[in-house]
Amino acid sequence: MTDLAISVRGLTKNYGRIKALRGIDLEVPTGTVFGLLGPNGAGKTTAVRILATLLAPDAGSAEVAGYDVVRQGGRVRERIGLTGQYAAVDGFATGRENLVQAGLLHHLGHDRARRRADELLEMFALIDIARRRADTYSGGQRRRLDVAASLVGRPPVLFLDEATAGLDPRARLAMWDLTRNLVREGTTVLLTTQYLDEADELADRIAVLDRGRIVAEGTSEELKTRMGGTRLRLRPATPTDGPKLAAAVAGLADAEPQVSDEAGEVSLPVPADPTLVAEALRRAVAANVPIADVALTRPTLDEVFLALTDSEGVGHD
Amino acid sequence: MTDDAVPRPSALTALVGDTWVMTRRNLRRQFRIPSQLVYTTALPVMWVLLFVYVFGGAIQVPGVKYIDFLLPGILVLTVAFGIANTALGLSDDLASGVLDRFRSQPVSRPALLLGRALFDSIRNVIALLIALGVGFAVGFRFHNGLPAALAAFGLTVALGFALSWFGVLLGLAIPDPEAAQTAGTLLAIPVIFASSTFVPVQSMPGWLQAVASNNPVTHAVDAARALMLGGPATTAVLSTLAWTVGIVLVGLPAAVVRYRRAAH
Repeated sequence: MTDLAISVRGLTKNYGRIKALRGIDLEVPTGTVFGLLGPNGAGKTTAVRILATLLAPDAGSAEVAGYDVVRQGGRVRERIGLTGQYAAVDGFATGRENLVQAGLLHHLGHDRARRRADELLEMFALIDIARRRADTYSGGQRRRLDVAASLVGRPPVLFLDEATAGLDPRARLAMWDLTRNLVREGTTVLLTTQYLDEADELADRIAVLDRGRIVAEGTSEELKTRMGGTRLRLRPATPTDGPKLAAAVAGLADAEPQVSDEAGEVSLPVPADPTLVAEALRRAVAANVPIADVALTRPTLDEVFLALTDSEGVGHD
Repeated sequence: MTDDAVPRPSALTALVGDTWVMTRRNLRRQFRIPSQLVYTTALPVMWVLLFVYVFGGAIQVPGVKYIDFLLPGILVLTVAFGIANTALGLSDDLASGVLDRFRSQPVSRPALLLGRALFDSIRNVIALLIALGVGFAVGFRFHNGLPAALAAFGLTVALGFALSWFGVLLGLAIPDPEAAQTAGTLLAIPVIFASSTFVPVQSMPGWLQAVASNNPVTHAVDAARALMLGGPATTAVLSTLAWTVGIVLVGLPAAVVRYRRAAH
C-alpha cells in the first residue's frame, strides 16, 4: 500500500457517448517511472487529468501519494507536479516571476518562494535568462521553465503528459536526463508519450492504452517478448514488391507477415532459427523479388504498439 | 521530498493570499501587453471624444448639456465593454493550459476566478478615472456634489464587478480566445446601445423602450446620471443594486460550475 505512489482501480470516464476510459487499473511503485502509451484519443490525457484532480471520474477510484483524488484532492495537489503538452507559463512574466508566483501559490511565502525560484533557475540552467520575459524563450527553454514550475512544491509524484512533444532532439535528451535525475532522488514519474523510444528509454513499466482500455502492461522487454521474440525482416530492392514478397514468405511461420512503411519492408515473427533466413531468401528468389536487406531482430516497441492498438484509432483526434 | 515543512494555511488565508497573487498576475498582464493596456486606456478617451464631438452637435437632450448627459453613460459603457476583455483573458488562460497548471497546484480554487473579478474592478477604476478626466477636460461637471458623484462611481464599479462574471463565464465556455472576445463584444454592444446611455429612452420606438427600460445598463446609467447631475435617484439606484446583486448571484455560481467542468 505505502510503496505505491499511484494506485488506480476500475477508472471510468465518459464524455457524453464517448467512452474515454473503460475501467483501467494501474499500480505505480514509488520511485519508478511508469509509461502510459497509446494513440491519440486513447485516453492518456484523460487518465492524467483525473489523477491530477482536474477531472472527476465517473466510476472507479484512484490514489496518488496515498490520497484519494476525489475526496482528498487538496492533499493530492500538495504532492503532485503536472507538465502538460503546452508550456503553461505566463509569457508576459519573466522566468523568475513565473517560478516565484508558483511558489506563492504553493504557500511557501515570499522568502522561500524566491529561494526556491533561484534554486530551480540554477538547476534548469535558466539563470542567465531569468529576468527575460518567458515569451522571448526558445521552445526548449520554455519547456524547462514549465517543468521547473511543476517542481516548485517538491512533488513526490510528477506527471509528464507528452512533455517532450515538439522539442528538438537535444532538448528531448535534456528532458530525459532531468527525469532520470528526479527519479534518482526518489520522485515517481508517470509519463505519457507517443515517442516509443522515450518510453523504452525511461520507463520501468509500460501500459499500452487503446480506446480507453489497457491492452498490455509490463516492462519494455516483457512487451517485446510477448510479440514473439525474434523477427525476420526482409527489405525488397523495389518498395512496391512488398506485398509480393509477403506472399512469398507466408507460411515460413505461424503468423502472417506484415508489410510496413513506404520501404515495403516485410517482417514476421519466427523461431530463432538461422536456417529460416536461407529459406526466406530462396523463396524471394523463386518469386523474382530482389532483396536489398535481410535481418533477424528483436521487435521494436513500435511494432508492439502497432500490433496492440487499433490501427484505425491512430492519427485520429 | 515532501513539503511537510510548509505549514498549510487556513482556507481563508489561502483564499485571500491566492486571490491577491492572481489579481497581481492579471495586473502584470495588463501592463505588459500593449494591446490590453490600450483597450483599457484609449477606449474610454475615444468614447468620450467621439460621442461629444461627432454626435454632440446632433443630439439634443432637453434641459441638459449633452456632455453632462453623456458622461455617466460613458462610465457604464466602459465597465460593460470590460466583459470582452475578461472573456479574452479567461479563454486564453484555459487554451494555454495555464488554468490547468493552477488547478493542479494547491491553490484555493475560488481564488483563481475571484482574482480575475477583483482585477477587473481595479482596471475599471483606472478606465473610469480616465473617462472622467477626459470628460472634465471637455466640459463635464458634477452638479450634485462630490459624495453623490462618488456614490455613482462606486455603483458603476460594483456593476462592473457583477458583469465580469459574465465575461468569466464566456471565457470558460469558449475555448478560442478570439471567439471569446468577439462573443463578449457582441454581448456588450446591444446591451449598451439599447439603453439610456446615449439618448433618452423616451426617444426610442415603443418595442425598444420596453427592452431598454428592463436593461440593467439603463438603470445604472439613470442612477449615475441622477447622482452626478441631480434629480430623483432612489429608484434607479435601488434597481441597479438589485441587478448587481442578482447578476452576481446568477453569474458567480454558473461560472464556478463551468470552471469545475472546464476541460480541453
